[in-house]
Amino acid sequence: MKKPPQHAPARIDSTAELRAFQRLMTAAVVRPLDAEDNLQSKWVDGRPMDQVAAEFIKPNDRLTSFERLQLYNQMYWYRVLEAVRDDCPGLRAAIGEPAFARLAKAYLAQCPSRSFTLRNLSSRLPDFIRAHPRLTAPRTALAIEVARFEWAQTVAFDGEARPVVAGADLAGTPPDCLRLGLQPYITLLDLRHPIDTFVISVKRRDVLRSEASNTPDSQVVARRSAIRVRRPRPVRTCVVVHRHHNRLFYKRLEPAAFRILAALDAGEPLARALLAGGPRVRPEKIRAWFTSWMALGWFCARGNKPSRRAS
Amino acid sequence: MPANRFNGNSDYGIGIGLRVPHYSHILAKKPVVDWFEIISENFMVDGGRPLELLDKILEQYRVVQHGVSMYFGSADKPDRAHLRKLKTLVKRTKTPWLSDHLCWGSVDGTYTHDLLPMPYTFGAARRTAEKIKEIRDYLEVPICVENVSSYAEFHASEMTEWEFLSEVVELADCGILLDVNNIYVSSKNHAFDPYDYLDNIPHHRVGQMHVAGHTKFEKYILDTHDHPVLDPVWRMYAHATRQCGVSATLLEWDDKIPSFDEVHNEALKANEFIDGAKKAKG
Repeated sequence: MKKPPQHAPARIDSTAELRAFQRLMTAAVVRPLDAEDNLQSKWVDGRPMDQVAAEFIKPNDRLTSFERLQLYNQMYWYRVLEAVRDDCPGLRAAIGEPAFARLAKAYLAQCPSRSFTLRNLSSRLPDFIRAHPRLTAPRTALAIEVARFEWAQTVAFDGEARPVVAGADLAGTPPDCLRLGLQPYITLLDLRHPIDTFVISVKRRDVLRSEASNTPDSQVVARRSAIRVRRPRPVRTCVVVHRHHNRLFYKRLEPAAFRILAALDAGEPLARALLAGGPRVRPEKIRAWFTSWMALGWFCARGNKPSRRAS
Repeated sequence: MPANRFNGNSDYGIGIGLRVPHYSHILAKKPVVDWFEIISENFMVDGGRPLELLDKILEQYRVVQHGVSMYFGSADKPDRAHLRKLKTLVKRTKTPWLSDHLCWGSVDGTYTHDLLPMPYTFGAARRTAEKIKEIRDYLEVPICVENVSSYAEFHASEMTEWEFLSEVVELADCGILLDVNNIYVSSKNHAFDPYDYLDNIPHHRVGQMHVAGHTKFEKYILDTHDHPVLDPVWRMYAHATRQCGVSATLLEWDDKIPSFDEVHNEALKANEFIDGAKKAKG
């Protein structure tokens, strides 16, 4: 957002005046809350915030201008923080709730929503964590991987599906010319931790907690609330986050299979992509992989989408 | 006037919002509901489960689209990519009309995801009406704009909220989605008579009504959509129905959502007031 004006326009007749007013109010609404979750007492230029609010918001007999603006400021932060929390149960479990709360506030302060839908709110979180490692230290590597995995789930849930390429469509094209695309809803992740099983454990725990909260048996509540999910130990994990019949799935791949898919995704023709698998992979194994991937409908015509491969 | 050009000359009765906790009940039991209102943004996606579910609903039910992010009052120009997605959905649902709010919520591409009140000025009304016309021309579907609940008023305003609403819909020649709960909430927050509001809008432009619950705090009321409709709001609904005629009516219940039957039964209470309005008209 462009810099807000120093003062609210006294009258709003032109589009430029309307825009100036909206920039000022948006800057105030999205500004981080103070330590007590209230509107900050000073504006960006050091003026008292009650003075700034009074310039454009009327008070009434019950609320000051400051308090009326504060309602919108608080509602904004409750809304966006809740949305990111809901998107990231795995990340919360990986770094702990207090660290997650600090991370989410810092992230949303620097990366306010640029989309009409809250669905996209967490899309820049992996890059933000990478750029601000102190916020998740000493678990930054794990945090980046969990954030990427959880965003991949969002993409798999409602991302675009293109027409599937059938075997017959490929018959006439030699392998050194044949380029295949991967469905836009698929994300390939080459991870240092088994994030798939970790996220499944977190989901299972959350279901149990939810069930426990509905039972009158206090012992069950205590026992199930105490369920802890262990952070994963490092194990290289190649996984595809995808959907099948509109249900979310995670599919583990051997590293050689992953390299072939990543090469295809990067735009390599089939012949070169197969070389990426390495010299030791037996042809019958490659055939089995492709049979499975074709059955899952993973291949489509290549679009202009940039590679999504994990580093 | 159940049917008018602002609601596509449709004859819709009482509907409820399509919400996630009710999906399995609706698909399994196929309850009789006159129509569902969907939040457009929840289905402006490229694929997957949301669209599969929507298609199943469309096989059985009439659906009307209600948006929360068009921001007719924003100084920004309409986002073409957003409009393309919305038009794709309009074609899918065949919604007879489309509604969104008389508000703003983004500037320079930064979104607050809120329905922020407008400064009620003639300039803002002209700009907003132009935008509504541009969007309607692109989408090729009638548009009803909804009055929002608000917690702030601005020094720059030159008229009342209902005068601003009237000015915008007359300039844009569009319909009104009259949210009587929002009028009630704002009337308490800004100390005006809600019946002044109801009496002084162009009644012939009302294409749909909303009712909902709200929450009272010590110094203000919040539009929370997490309760049954309160009696003062039902009384306003009855008055609005006498003024505007019987219109497509929708109960909004978006938080602490109870069972499907409880929500639907709450919505059907509107029938009592509709009958009363019909009898009063003789």
